[in-house]
Order: sequence, then C-alpha cells, then structure tokens
Amino acid sequence: MSTETDLRPELARDTPPAPPVRGRRPFRLPKANYPAGIGAFVWLVIVIVPLYILVASTLQSRQEYLDNGPLSLPDSISFDSYRQVLEGDFPRYLLNTLIVTASCTALVLTLAVTVSYSIVRTRSRLSQRAFQLFLLGLAIPSQAVIIPIYLIITELSLYDTLLAIILPTAAFSLPVSVLILVGTMRDISEELYESMALDGARSVRVLFQLVIPMSRAGISTAGVFSALSAWNGFLFPLILTQSRETRVLTLGLYDFVGEFRVDIPALLAAVVLSIVPIFTAYLFARRQLINGLMGVGGK
Amino acid sequence: MKRETIRSPRAGRPGIAWALPAVLFFFLFAAAPMGIVGYLSFTDWDGLSDPSWTGLDNWSRLWNDDGMRNAIWLSLLLTALSWLTQTPVVLLLGVWAAGRQRNRAVLSAIFFLPLLASSVALALLWRTIFDPNLGLAADIADWFDLDNADLLGSSTGAFAAILFVSGWQFAPFHMLIYQGGARQIPQSLYDAASIDGAGTVRQFFHVTLPQLRNTIVTSTVLMVVGALTYFDVVLILTRGGPGDATAIVPYLMYETGFRAFDLGYASAVAAALVIVATGTSLLLVRLTGFNRMRSTREGM
Repeated sequence: MSTETDLRPELARDTPPAPPVRGRRPFRLPKANYPAGIGAFVWLVIVIVPLYILVASTLQSRQEYLDNGPLSLPDSISFDSYRQVLEGDFPRYLLNTLIVTASCTALVLTLAVTVSYSIVRTRSRLSQRAFQLFLLGLAIPSQAVIIPIYLIITELSLYDTLLAIILPTAAFSLPVSVLILVGTMRDISEELYESMALDGARSVRVLFQLVIPMSRAGISTAGVFSALSAWNGFLFPLILTQSRETRVLTLGLYDFVGEFRVDIPALLAAVVLSIVPIFTAYLFARRQLINGLMGVGGK
Repeated sequence: MKRETIRSPRAGRPGIAWALPAVLFFFLFAAAPMGIVGYLSFTDWDGLSDPSWTGLDNWSRLWNDDGMRNAIWLSLLLTALSWLTQTPVVLLLGVWAAGRQRNRAVLSAIFFLPLLASSVALALLWRTIFDPNLGLAADIADWFDLDNADLLGSSTGAFAAILFVSGWQFAPFHMLIYQGGARQIPQSLYDAASIDGAGTVRQFFHVTLPQLRNTIVTSTVLMVVGALTYFDVVLILTRGGPGDATAIVPYLMYETGFRAFDLGYASAVAAALVIVATGTSLLLVRLTGFNRMRSTREGM
C-alpha cells in the first residue's frame, strides 16, 4: 500500500480490492466529475486561504502587517515574530506540553493494552461489563464533568500541577483507545494463543510475545490519537491549572491574546509554532492519525 | 486437547485483575464524576467551603432562568444549523474523497489539516481574520463596499461566525467518516447500476446515499454532541457576546461555575447538558434503528 497517496485506512480491507493500478490507469480512467471537482476546489480555497494568512502574517513585521493587511505577500521575509515568541515563555509551555503529551500517551497505552487484553481473553462476564463501561464512556462529554473533576483534583491536592492535566486527559482518551485495541486484538487468531498455551506460557508472556507484537498497528493508532488529544487539550488545563510554571501551549496561546494584543504577527507565530510539531507528526504518521480519528467516528 | 485442559485450565488467559487498573482509573475520572455532578446539582457550592444541600433549588432556578433559556435556544439552533449546513457539504466531499484518484488523495490530505490544530490555535487565527480593522474581514468589506466589517460585533454575525468556524474545524472529521463509509460500499452495486444505465447523479441517490445510512447516523450523533458541547472557540472568539448572543449552554456553565463560582448551579446546567446530549443521541439511534446494527463496522 503506497503511503504517499493512499489515505485508505485499514478498515477498507474487506472492501473488494481496488483496481490493481493506483494513480496510473491508462485504459480505464474513471470519468472526470467536473461539478464535484469544482466543489472540491471551492472547499480547497476555504481551507487554504486562512492557512495562508496564518503563515504569511507571521513572516511580516508588525508594521508591514498593519500597512498591508493579511492577504499581502510579505515584501521581505522576517522571522522577528518567531524570535520574539521563542525568547518569551513559549519554550517552557512547549516543555510542559511535551511532558503532558508523553505521560498521557504512556499512561493510556499501558492501561488500554492491559484492559483490552483482559476484555478479549478473559472468560468472564465482568470483562464484558468493562468493555461496556468504556463504550458508554465514549459518550461522556468532558465539559459536563469538569466541575466534579475540579473537585476530585483539589481533593487529591493536585490542583495546578501537570498531573492535574495528565490524569483526566488520559481518562478521556481511554475509551477510544480501548475500542481500537479490542478491535485489533480480536483479530489475533485463536491458534496462536493455543500454541502459546501449549508451551505453557503464562499470561504475561503471552502479552509480551504475542499480543503486543501482533497489535502494533492498533497500539500506534491509539498512541497517536491520545497524543493528539493531549497536545490539543484546552479545557482541563484551563480549569485545573493557573500558574506560569504549569502552563501548557494551548493555555499559553490563550494568554498571548492579552500579551500580544496588537502584535498579530507574533500571536500568529505562536500559533504556527504550536501546530508545527503536529504537522510534522502528520507527515510521518498520517495513517495512524486518520485511523484513530475514524475510530472515534466509526464505533 | 483434553490433557491440556486438565494440566492448566487457564493457561495463557489473563485474569480479570488485568482489567482493574484501567477500569478503576476510568471510573474515578470519568464515570464517577457523572454521578457527582448529579449530586452537586442539588447543592450550593462556591468551590472553597463544602457543598451544602439545597434540594431542588438549582433545578427550579434553572427552569425559570432566562439566561439559561436563551442558552438552550442558542445551543439547539447551533446544533440544528450545524447539521443542516455541514452534512450536505461533508457528505459530498467525503464521497468525492473516497474515489481512488491521485488528485483526490492529495486534496483530502490538505482538507485534513484544520483537524490537527487545537481549537485555541484555530480560534486565534479566526479572531485575527474577523478583526474589523486589520483582518481579512476589513478587506472584504472594502471590496464589497460594506459599511460595517465588525462581524463579531453584531448578534447574528457573531453567531454565524461561531457556526462557520465550528464547521470549518470539524468538517474534515466528518468528511473522513463519510469517506470511510463510501469505501465500504461494494463496487458491484455501482457496476449493476451503471449496467442499468444510471449516471453519476442517479448512482449517488440510489446507491451511495441509501448505503450511507448508518454513516449518516454516526456522523449526525457526533455532530449533535459536538455542537451541544462546543466551548473553546466561543470562549476565545466571542466570550458569549455581544450581549449574550453566543452564550451557548457550555459557555454559560463555564461562566457560572468558574467565573461566578456558583458551582452548584453550574452543575445543574452540566447535568442538564448531559441529559439533553445523551437523550438526543439515544433518540437518534432509536429512530434510525442504528442500535439493531449487527456489525460494529456497519456504521463506518
């Protein structure tokens, strides 16, 4: 499967195979659909223009932006706004976000792998109940429970710590990850388990030697998805932290509004810098990302 | 095989204990709070002292609160309009993106970009675009000779801006759902339709659309819940204003709970939100027979 152009996620496996030649089909080009093409082009403009404004504005000096407006090409490319942002508190916020994202992902994967393994392999009603709990959990909006979470976090004396962000964020990434992993683990064939059982393998060994290696695709999808939601999370940091030391990027951006009130290039440079890591990840992990997001929708 | 079971009946099977850490963790931070929010909705709590039981006070206040009525009305309006404006667009684009042509793959990779950024980043971007003096809004007003470029300053304009930005932000997600759905449709149905002489348009209405039924339900439920809980962009773009023109329910809850520190009443608002969101999704699922789906993949 070509990773360059094929956005087809793994779920497409059970559709009939696509025509064998992808991209180059000399004899049977599908009939071009012009109205649809025009529609797609219009949408492209709607998507691209704001993104263009975002990048172009950051490359202008503040005065140039005031004079020429958002659509103009910068006369001379200036990285001043980026320098300004990087000399401020941005690096600290970035570090906090990295810590939160890494811890969340590690926590979610550890918990999701073990619970999914149990759901798929334990012959007990209770493990099915656990699966139902997570299915129902998909429907819980974080906004609705933010007040009790605030209560729990203050009771645990975690208010204004990075853990205050990590724990609830991880909890809200769990249902999707469990869903993805249970799906992947169910595809591992019974024979493989049986042959390991014949060797007398205990469940820990089965997990590490069979289940984890066979679920790599699911694990990376779940990982990418939880990392994305941790990176972009806003509500939990907004409510559960307050000081500069614990500020993550999203909250930092929110505060930049006050700080860079009229300095739009600097404000947008901070926005760009907050997105760059994800865009880079997108280039390398597009399939996992798309699968993860489809996992949210396709339940 | 028999000997095997005798020797070690549970060889290689994990016990229920493996499920416990995740279940307990999830229970503490997601499931239990659902119960706690119910309890808090019957109390008066300022966030510092202990909550004190006030019975149905919050709920009767909720019932008679004009601000809350306005918020519910705005939330429902946002939900309905989001669905009406987004669904046709994302359905068509998703089906289009499901085609295997190279240009479609490249374009859908670009369409996907807004989904990667945080709501905060996007809201800041749109804020600068809507800026009546410096943003694109000012340029557009110039081109068309409009007097007033201050979109966010008028009630309708601000509401329309929220509607547009939420659509712009989440369209790729729903597009992706429809793209997945459209790729599940067996090619044989299209082959049969074209043998019967059906053109692209007829194929869309007689094959694609009926086959996407479950996908439409999935996308609709997610859209409804998403619109009912929409918060970040409202906070940054309009702060519920001008006046209370965009003070939708989650925003009102935030204001009441974490600005006015009336957390008991805010809990009642949150509980009402859960009831409405869950009720609407269940209703949709029942009405469309989605719950009788056999395979988990049917909905994709």
